[in-house]
Amino acid sequence: MGFTLSNQQQLLSKMATGDGHGENSPYFDGWKAYDSDPFHPTKNPNGVIQMGLRENEMCFDLIQEWVLNNPEASICTAAGVNEFKDIAIFQDYHGLPEFRNAVTNFMGRVRGNRVTFDADRIVMSGGATGAHETIAFCLADPGDAFLVPVPYYPGFDRDLGWRTGVQLIPVACDSSNNFEVTRAALEAAYEKAQKANIRVKGLLITNPSNPLGTVLDRDTLRSSVTFINEKKIHLVCDEIYAATVFSQPSFISIAEIIEENIGCNRNLIHIVYSLSKDMGFPGFRVGIVYSYNDAVVNCARKMSSFGLVSTQTQHLIASMLSDNEFVERFIAQSAKRLKTRHMRFTMELAQVGTSCLKSNGGLFVWMDLRRLLKEQTFEAEMELWRTIIHEVKLNVSPGSSFHCPEPGWFRVCFANMDDKTMEVALTRIRTFVLQDKEAIVPRKSNRLWKATLGSAFQSRRMDDNMMSPCMMSPHTPIPQSPLVRAT
Amino acid sequence: MLSRKASCDSHGQDSSYFLGWQEYEKNPYDQVKNPNGIIQMGLAENQLSFDRIESWLASNPDALELKRNRESVFRELALFQDYNGFPAFKNEMVEFMANMRGNKVKFDPSKLVLTAGSTSANETLMFCLADPGEAFLLPIPYYPGFDRDLKWRTGVEIVPIKCTSENGYKITESALQEAYQQAQKFNLKVKGVLVTNPSNPLGTTMTRLELNHLIDFAMEKEIHIISDEIYSGTVFNSPSFISIAEALTERNLEDDEVWNRCHIVYSLSKDLGLPGFRVGMIYSNNQTVVSAATKMSSFGLVSSQTQYTLSQMLKDKKFTANYMKENQRRLKRRKEMLVCGLKGAGIRCLESNAGLFCWVDMRHLLRSNTFEAEKELWKKVVCEFGLNISPGSSCHCSEPGWFRMCFANMSEETLMVAMQRVKALVDSTIVHQQTGLSKSRWLKSKWVFQLASYEREPDR
Repeated sequence: MGFTLSNQQQLLSKMATGDGHGENSPYFDGWKAYDSDPFHPTKNPNGVIQMGLRENEMCFDLIQEWVLNNPEASICTAAGVNEFKDIAIFQDYHGLPEFRNAVTNFMGRVRGNRVTFDADRIVMSGGATGAHETIAFCLADPGDAFLVPVPYYPGFDRDLGWRTGVQLIPVACDSSNNFEVTRAALEAAYEKAQKANIRVKGLLITNPSNPLGTVLDRDTLRSSVTFINEKKIHLVCDEIYAATVFSQPSFISIAEIIEENIGCNRNLIHIVYSLSKDMGFPGFRVGIVYSYNDAVVNCARKMSSFGLVSTQTQHLIASMLSDNEFVERFIAQSAKRLKTRHMRFTMELAQVGTSCLKSNGGLFVWMDLRRLLKEQTFEAEMELWRTIIHEVKLNVSPGSSFHCPEPGWFRVCFANMDDKTMEVALTRIRTFVLQDKEAIVPRKSNRLWKATLGSAFQSRRMDDNMMSPCMMSPHTPIPQSPLVRAT
Repeated sequence: MLSRKASCDSHGQDSSYFLGWQEYEKNPYDQVKNPNGIIQMGLAENQLSFDRIESWLASNPDALELKRNRESVFRELALFQDYNGFPAFKNEMVEFMANMRGNKVKFDPSKLVLTAGSTSANETLMFCLADPGEAFLLPIPYYPGFDRDLKWRTGVEIVPIKCTSENGYKITESALQEAYQQAQKFNLKVKGVLVTNPSNPLGTTMTRLELNHLIDFAMEKEIHIISDEIYSGTVFNSPSFISIAEALTERNLEDDEVWNRCHIVYSLSKDLGLPGFRVGMIYSNNQTVVSAATKMSSFGLVSSQTQYTLSQMLKDKKFTANYMKENQRRLKRRKEMLVCGLKGAGIRCLESNAGLFCWVDMRHLLRSNTFEAEKELWKKVVCEFGLNISPGSSCHCSEPGWFRMCFANMSEETLMVAMQRVKALVDSTIVHQQTGLSKSRWLKSKWVFQLASYEREPDR
């Protein structure tokens, strides 16, 4: 057709021809590598294992069992078909009442019934992706900004900024204090925006965190609420990993904080939720905007026309999530299996001297490979990452794609595969890490190395300085312990 | 505190189109439980052929319990979130779309982007084709939802192409040029034309001549054409439906630049009567548009559960062929019932061959030839006579007195009741006109004159 790029740029919108969608980021390159060479235990055992996809596949057996035992939940079965017509024509953007009730019921149970939610504040969206964009459209004008603690989910750049024109301003967090979100960092980010004449409309926090897998403690949450109240800006809490918390400290929802905090302006508080992670249903596109602000509920509801949940799906979810016995069992089992998987994973990594940030939630670990970098730069991180993708054949996500300020961190997902695949993945990591070490110091015998390791993995959070200095490359500067402040 | 978008009303939901719905919701008609309630005639939905779909579902349990060869595919579906869409579904969709166009054109699944309903498809196309402040030309009257779908969050403007009842609302060359010039006067850069074919609210299909005018215009101005063809399966009478795709192919324009500027919007909400399932799509020959729109579809993907169920249904070609035929037959019959009922009350409709509604001429019932009078009449119809119909002004019609009445979203019995109410309305208007004070004789003669002139006007 002979279209030049500049033809297209005049013909189409800036949005269509730009790369605000963010898919040219390395985060997606790994996916492409996986797509072109996907691992399969028998058909392609040397393919790339997908560890960049934070899906929860741990409990499908429970769900399938429920579906089989509840045929009426599917309007497309003999048992359920009587409802077909009513469901198929229902396009009210309020959503099926039973769906909203079931979702609020589930959200409450995931939070140990410490808070209840109001079904009239539930607004549907096209997944959490749609929910974030909708919230941004409701709260901010083009050119306005949201503060977001780093590292953060790469999709936020697209979800909050692409079509809305909203910018994201990072709130500095680093490994010196386990990436905690401090008041000082919030203030600093806010100041920076002010100086640049950028209007800040809100703060976005993900709790439990993606990519860290950690939960925010009560103090941090309270401090965030105080901060946004003082600045009169919004607080958007992405709680899509709420049910993936598998050990202490327990998950505290922002809903709990505002119950105890009488002084908080509730009109500033909004929650984003989805069933993609907690239930493992990303394909069903069930996103939720939950706002304490009536005007936002109204506006978001109108906008939900652009991404309603299929009523076929609403119907299924309504049935499933109002089965309290099933829900309780599911939540408990899911957490248990995630815990087992997480432990196996982190212990195996520790055995080869690879530490992860201590975490108790999420579907991934935040792996510390700083000591494997040729130098502490993002270029070196990219090089290491390409090696991991193409030679080790694991799609993991480099920290830079999450806007992490320190090179060398990688997010590794573990809940999207069966046990066997996980073992293959672990073997590959082990082999790679050990090869790397041996390449660096070929003189050291395996036995001495193993003995050193023995003392090293007593604590799950490995301090690299505990390892024999001989195992480190002469080119690698002494890696910083998470306990030591980064310079 | 909130964004401008949240605080303004460019979502368009304060329009009478939506207010009527609200009135209906407060007091909905039910044959048994609420026989004096408001009958919903403002909802363009196809409820005539569900029995067909239901019986298919009942006989095809495997496909619909989310199984393939008796094995559950639940897990695979629950995890499937690829924005390129379920391949089996897209393959079936393009075949379905081709069949509907008499197989005169072929579609390529790689050019199809799935979206959450045509609501999302239209908005997405705006985001892809126009920057904030730029404009699209739309023939009036048009679907009220376009104000929200095309303008609200995108910042794009709509400039009307004036079409009137004088020539049956046909889109003329001069109307296109005039609209373009109007946009220029307002310093608005025109990026394209959006047409709905078959038309909502008119229920008519575009003629070959109109399509050619449109194509020539788009070629001359180097702008896009969006053809919203969501009612393409509801054509129940001649003239037959001609898709923009067919018009372009007929003129051998596959190698012309205009080919890359034509985009079709489709959905299963009207043809298959499944609005709740949120199945919309964009079809474009422009790879950049397909690529950008695919990424944007992340904000509103079609549930994989739904994609799977429908892919199984559409695979059954015999079923879909029979369904479409029967559905069209039922639509035709129902429309004729409405037209007949209205005629009995002395009310005429624009002659139509498609859609789920009629474009009804109630100008003779207006107190005066103004939009205030139209609104007054509309309130009377909704509140006193319990019929939620859509006033022409909500569709940006340039002439007061036209209303859209839907006929496919209710039972025959309910339609009968609606027709009785229309008759009662007309009778009361005549009585009112007759017993009114000084204006009465003038009004009566005006009304009679108008009726008489209808008798003389040729059918479209």
